[in-house]
Amino acid sequence: MKDFAPRPVARAINWNRVTDDKDLEVWNRLTANFWLPEKVPLSNDVQSWATLTDDEQQLTIRVFTGLTLLDTVQASVGAPALMADATTPHEESVLANIAFMEAVHAKSYSSIFSTLCATEEIDAAFRWAEEDPHLQAKAAKILDDYAPGSDPLKKKIASTFLESFLFYSGFYLPMYWSSRAKLTNTADLIRLIIRDEAVHGYYIGYKFQRGLERETEARRAEIKDYAFSLLFELYEIEERYTAALYDGVGLTEDVKRFLHYNANKALMNLGFEPLFPDSVTDVNPAIMSALSPNADENHDFFSGSGSSYVIGKSVATEDEDWDF
Amino acid sequence: MRLAYYSSSSGNTARFVARLGLPAERILPGAPPRMTDPFVLITPTYADGEGRGAVPKPVIRFLNDADTRGHLMGVIAGGNRNFGEAFGLAGDVIAAKCGVPCLYRFELAGTAGDITRVRQGLDRLWTQIRSTAA
Repeated sequence: MKDFAPRPVARAINWNRVTDDKDLEVWNRLTANFWLPEKVPLSNDVQSWATLTDDEQQLTIRVFTGLTLLDTVQASVGAPALMADATTPHEESVLANIAFMEAVHAKSYSSIFSTLCATEEIDAAFRWAEEDPHLQAKAAKILDDYAPGSDPLKKKIASTFLESFLFYSGFYLPMYWSSRAKLTNTADLIRLIIRDEAVHGYYIGYKFQRGLERETEARRAEIKDYAFSLLFELYEIEERYTAALYDGVGLTEDVKRFLHYNANKALMNLGFEPLFPDSVTDVNPAIMSALSPNADENHDFFSGSGSSYVIGKSVATEDEDWDF
Repeated sequence: MRLAYYSSSSGNTARFVARLGLPAERILPGAPPRMTDPFVLITPTYADGEGRGAVPKPVIRFLNDADTRGHLMGVIAGGNRNFGEAFGLAGDVIAAKCGVPCLYRFELAGTAGDITRVRQGLDRLWTQIRSTAA
């Protein structure tokens, strides 16, 4: 019978008729931010790599292999799974871009490995990734939601958590090394990845919000419950994964603060309120400034204590008036 | 003293302003409000990797009005630290162009701590403006 079903009309994508401006905005942002690992001089980190202990090297290779696994899942399963639910052809194009950039990210870790590590160390880390119960558990949790026929909104929740939360137990380490003036070129490459993931999480979270608006109140409540319970499940896995990796170098508690901070951002990308209070999101300032260098200079008007304002009354105020 | 804000359809800045619980004028594309009293602007940042295009276009059109610009007392910028040095860059650009301070930066829709600090900061700013004017 299938042969007699009318074939849907094949449609060409028209970028001169965009129904959701966010599609064009994000397409422009992603394509302007395009990069390849070859532009980062990773070989300048060879000497720095040699200053790490064997345990620190193994930790770093494992962390990057874990990140590679998540990027692989997102490139080959996650973004294509979201494409099936796209509401505009332009959304499909943006997701194609996201899928490709995730493949670039995954390949970038191999560039780091081939620059810094021996083949047997790399192979051992890839074996570890297949056997590590916590890493496999988080991939499995996400892949469950990506299965064909899954709820489109749940797919977007899982995808936003991957982009905006699950990567960060790994991203912590290169920021930590960078704050200690180690592997700084590698950190530059990771910052490019971090920048991309922000746009991906923002966009998928945005599409989630548009989809959620069309649902009944009861269904919105059900989906919100699902999002929070998935976050709790993923968080428990992340806690164990973090402890297994970072206990040896004594960084587990600080990494967990970074996880709380990023879990809040993942929830905000989905349009929900942050969950973790400031008391458990106070990430080591050195990590924050490795993430956004120079971003905190001259910006404590409201956060500093006892600073007084100098307020000009006229329109023609000079910059010097505000030079504290 | 008032607030004006821009928020795209992602709604992050709108959620931040809603939680502040203070009256605020929304800048809609095509029909920017004209400000006739001192005000603080709250805007997201849209910069690409090179920092281009940081200030949303509707905010540029809003500030192109000289009277409105003349009443601007400061700017609060939304953004995301994942963008590195470009985090909250719209605040820096507007601050430099209009000769006003960038008062605060927050990420996405802001945390509870951000809301508290901005409420307190605005309160102090309001008080000082009133005493300066008196």
